[in-house]
Amino acid sequence: MSLEKTYPKEVKLILSKYPAEQKRSAVMPLLYLAQREEGYINKAAMQDIAKMLEITETEVASIVGFYTLYHDEKAGKYRMQVCTDLPCALRGADEFLNNLCGNLGIKVGETTADGLVTLEGVMCLAACDKAPMFQTQGPDGIKYHENMTVDRTMELIEALKEVN
Amino acid sequence: MTHVLLRHRDIPDINKLDVYKKNGGIDAFKKAVTKMKPTEVIDVVKNSNLRGRGGAGFPTGMKWSFIDNKNWPHYVVANADESEPGTFKDRELMESNPFQFLEGLAIASYAVGATAAYIYLRGEFWQVAAFLDEKIAEMEKAGYLGDNLFGTEYSLKIFTHLGAGAYICGEETALLESLEGKRGQPRVRPPFPPSFGLYGKPTIINNVETFANVPPIITNGADWYKSMGTADSAGVKLFSLSGRVRKPGNYELPFGTTFRQLIYEYGGGVQEGRPVKAIMPAGASSSLIVVDDKVLDTPMDYATVRTLGADLGSASVIVIDDTVSVDWIINKTIHFFKHESCGKCTPCREGNYWMQHLTERIHSGDGSKADVDLLLNVAKQMQGKCLCALGEFATMAVVTGIERFPQDFKKAVKATEHA
Repeated sequence: MSLEKTYPKEVKLILSKYPAEQKRSAVMPLLYLAQREEGYINKAAMQDIAKMLEITETEVASIVGFYTLYHDEKAGKYRMQVCTDLPCALRGADEFLNNLCGNLGIKVGETTADGLVTLEGVMCLAACDKAPMFQTQGPDGIKYHENMTVDRTMELIEALKEVN
Repeated sequence: MTHVLLRHRDIPDINKLDVYKKNGGIDAFKKAVTKMKPTEVIDVVKNSNLRGRGGAGFPTGMKWSFIDNKNWPHYVVANADESEPGTFKDRELMESNPFQFLEGLAIASYAVGATAAYIYLRGEFWQVAAFLDEKIAEMEKAGYLGDNLFGTEYSLKIFTHLGAGAYICGEETALLESLEGKRGQPRVRPPFPPSFGLYGKPTIINNVETFANVPPIITNGADWYKSMGTADSAGVKLFSLSGRVRKPGNYELPFGTTFRQLIYEYGGGVQEGRPVKAIMPAGASSSLIVVDDKVLDTPMDYATVRTLGADLGSASVIVIDDTVSVDWIINKTIHFFKHESCGKCTPCREGNYWMQHLTERIHSGDGSKADVDLLLNVAKQMQGKCLCALGEFATMAVVTGIERFPQDFKKAVKATEHA
């Protein structure tokens, strides 16, 4: 694959943000672009980015491995990432996540049978006053869902099912 | 009270450029660029006693004055990585009063001679970044960003850059590494960013809230700003209130407001009317304060909170009531720090690994008194030995939790003691 061929406009815009001699800075935005379609980054995409930025494939892979929002394995179309850190947990986030698991019939880290949703527990998302909350990471980027209940979450999943 | 920072709560639609402009917006940037020398801007900020809002409370004007004028180009970077459990103020500022932040960033750039500025947002703020991109484009279109601003020789571009889920990138040198396209691991300091920052060039990094304070300071003057807050900590602060309170949220209050006022007057008190057992004033990085009447009546500024054996940090006040056991709290915080340790330095990487095993064992009821002693020992051995503040932060709740709430740990290990 070639990002420059698939997303010429986006790649140009990304590269224009950084000094010409510092194009390595573009690795993170380019990885988001590579992840857009499939929800994960494959080896070919890493090679493509490495070549474009004149760095090694290992260096690109080290970025993918270091940051939690990059994935190198396929999962559900939407990753539903529930914050269970201290402030959220003080407002019932653990219970919310447990009940959600029960309703979906999956454990944390697993994907629904239709391949739509992977449920994950994540670190603080800076929405501590609006717990329980989660973000969905999917083809259309990252969206926050705040002050959630299990019922409202199930409705959201139904709505996602319909558009997909 | 009229807000200085959360102006969107007083003025609807201030996130629209024409509304912002009508309410005095951009005046400060124009005044700085057309009527003031860069050093004069720095002097006003210095005299205002504004201190950095990211947590360390370092004097902002002094930081700007450290910029190395023998090495060019210069950069300004906004730290919008907001990832401390308990902190959610910068997001509200960027979403609801974006131009004040952007204007502050622009004034800082002028003050230190930077023609490019970056906003490093945590990756989860995907929508916020897209929103800021729109707002930056509006400013460019109106002639407030770009080339030859206000008919002068000064030019400035502002760019957003998304992280991808790493708390450590809130540490300024890790942030710079990340912005350079590397893993976000802290650098050994010195040299500090004002002499060796982004791409090895002199760089000023401030928190979003710090920048948002700058336009009103330039417009109204240093004395006006100092008339709010306390002698130690000038001005207003965004307090992120969370935990077991009835009305969690952001509250803009002058430094010197007491914990009691924040929790009861603004936060509506504790859920179910229960007593406050502990306060973490600086999020998960915080020391645990044992709460009594004296503590509740303590004014919140950097120096006074220190007398309680804690730091105010970014003022993310987590309220804990008497239904919560401290062994559970430190298990939560250590789970966070273990996950977020970048792995570069051994004390933090290994220390958090061991602490997580111990806090889990203690919290699950399988721990013994020896485990609690070992946990305290590991935490204390980490202190003062880590490359950056993350390692230090990880130990704060553990050490103060065990030392200040011994009864909770006695209870947690009781089952095994009698077995």
